[in-house]
Amino acid sequence: MGLPCGTLNETYKQDMAIVRTRLQWGLLLVFLVLLFLLPKFLNDYLLSIINGVAIWLIAVFGLNLLTGYCGQINLGQAAFMAVGGYTSAILATRFGLSFWVVPPASAVVAGLVGMLFGLPALRVKGFYLAMTTLAAQFIVTWVIIHGGDITQRTYGISLPRPNIFGFAFNNETRYFYLIIPFALLMGFFARNLARTRVGRAFVAIRDNDLAAEVMGVNLFYYKTLAFVICAAYAGVAGSLWTYYLGVAHYEHYALMDSVWMLGMLIVGGMGSTMGVVFGTIFIRGLNEAVTYGSSVLSVTVPSMAGSAGASLGLVTLGLVIILFLIFEPRGINHRWEITKHTYRIFPFSY
Amino acid sequence: MLDFLLQQLITGLALGIIYGVIAVCIVLIYKSTRVLNLAQGELLVFGAFFAWTALVVWQLPLPLAFLASMVATGFLGFLIERLTLRPLIGQPILAAIMMTISIMVVLKGMILLAWGGAVYSYKPPIFPKEPVQLGTVVISQEYAWASALAIVLLVLFMYFFQRTRAGLAMRGTSEDHQLAQSLGVSVENVFAQSWIIAAVVSAVVGIVLASLFSVDMGIGSLGLKVFAVVLLGGLESIPGAIVAGLIIGVSEMAAAGFLDPIVGGGIREVFPWLVAVVVLIFLPYGLFGWKRIERI
Repeated sequence: MGLPCGTLNETYKQDMAIVRTRLQWGLLLVFLVLLFLLPKFLNDYLLSIINGVAIWLIAVFGLNLLTGYCGQINLGQAAFMAVGGYTSAILATRFGLSFWVVPPASAVVAGLVGMLFGLPALRVKGFYLAMTTLAAQFIVTWVIIHGGDITQRTYGISLPRPNIFGFAFNNETRYFYLIIPFALLMGFFARNLARTRVGRAFVAIRDNDLAAEVMGVNLFYYKTLAFVICAAYAGVAGSLWTYYLGVAHYEHYALMDSVWMLGMLIVGGMGSTMGVVFGTIFIRGLNEAVTYGSSVLSVTVPSMAGSAGASLGLVTLGLVIILFLIFEPRGINHRWEITKHTYRIFPFSY
Repeated sequence: MLDFLLQQLITGLALGIIYGVIAVCIVLIYKSTRVLNLAQGELLVFGAFFAWTALVVWQLPLPLAFLASMVATGFLGFLIERLTLRPLIGQPILAAIMMTISIMVVLKGMILLAWGGAVYSYKPPIFPKEPVQLGTVVISQEYAWASALAIVLLVLFMYFFQRTRAGLAMRGTSEDHQLAQSLGVSVENVFAQSWIIAAVVSAVVGIVLASLFSVDMGIGSLGLKVFAVVLLGGLESIPGAIVAGLIIGVSEMAAAGFLDPIVGGGIREVFPWLVAVVVLIFLPYGLFGWKRIERI
């Protein structure tokens, strides 16, 4: 949290500010303008990658609140996304609800399911909790497959394109302008939550839950709240992902996706907003690169075709997470902070 | 009706014994190293595939194929412990969980790369296929052999823990790392030993499972399913793992018998997880797990 030389925080408000100096405001504005001009310069393929990143970013923001700030392990984030996605699909097709109500409703339903699986968190932690959320992954998938006509079993549910005031979101550019504001707003909300009373309670629970309880933090309330918020983020992400793909299908929310989301947190650096952004971009970018690489490989080396692409992706991403865990457990964000610090005090070493 | 019940009960018990052995592998590693091995399923798969290569491709005789698979999987376990988990000693629990999940992912990818993810079967079959008639109940001979082998493994485990010096060192380490070290136990060696033993046993169980079903990646899902057993038994208890294995095996078969017609099939895949969630809510440390007493 280094600030330029001579910038002193004299009030609590200044100390807590997310954007502190004029230069930071300027950079933020430039970034936002460039971000919203992006579709002018990029083709549909690159835009689709960015849209995917932005949707997953929302889910990982939620996971970061739960795992990064509150210290509760969640191996079932994709299951909560699936709940959000299927809720959206059912609401949009069976009840014909418009896009205004569907994502918030999905967030509520996913939040309730998250609360259910978060209940054991009061009594157990660590490995035990990881198992409960893993159970969520299997149980949700099973319910979807055996849900009869409501979830259409293994067929998935197709749903119409989102439509706001007669403006249909039917290509990558339009989706971009739909998804990016969502990601920005929810990212800001997550960052803001971390510096409120709730956020401080989360951090206290993460650092030592017994000490937090003794100091008057209501463990039951805050742990459940963390699960609800995390699952609600996943619900919104799942809703957008379902709208974006045009179909709700349980295979889009597999156990591996939950694992990758935790991997994004590890690679990026837990408990920091920038870490989430770095990690999500890095893992999804790497995934895309491996998919592209293996498609090239399968043309040049025909024996590598078929399952080789999928397995190559598993090996590469898994190895990357292993290497980060061993050599840089604090993630890319830590390196970024060091780089910023070095730049600030150049040419001195400290 | 009674025959059907008995049939389900016996299949459940056979399944439960196998669950128990896999659960013991997980408990063994957890007790001595405080790491929950989520890559257990992939060790089973690796053992099964390696034995297939030894048996069918290299045309080795059965005992040699078993031995080759056990050595290879044991070496794999040793590598996992030395290369990936040793650097994590002293890191938070999330790091260990993520590490074993990543190992699971990498192993899965490597097995897919090496064997192509096809479905194989052992030729000649390891266990005789003909079912045996016991009174009115028909018992699959494969299941009988498999559970017999599992019981032998469990007895060996018990003997190892209660009667040998290495087993004593392992039990000591599980009580307290520092105390064990100060009494001359090499905790590092115990870590390596428990991974190797768990991996070798996984190879045997993997081969047994593969001969019951088929040699494919599906066996790996058992590695996760067995966590319900481990949770029910309590993370620290080996007898607990065996008892819980039997309970889950029998109740899973009972659920399959009675609930499947109601919900439309497939309850077996999810039933252990339902049990796990209920157990965690009402009995957080399982049947025989250690109650954690925490101080600030």
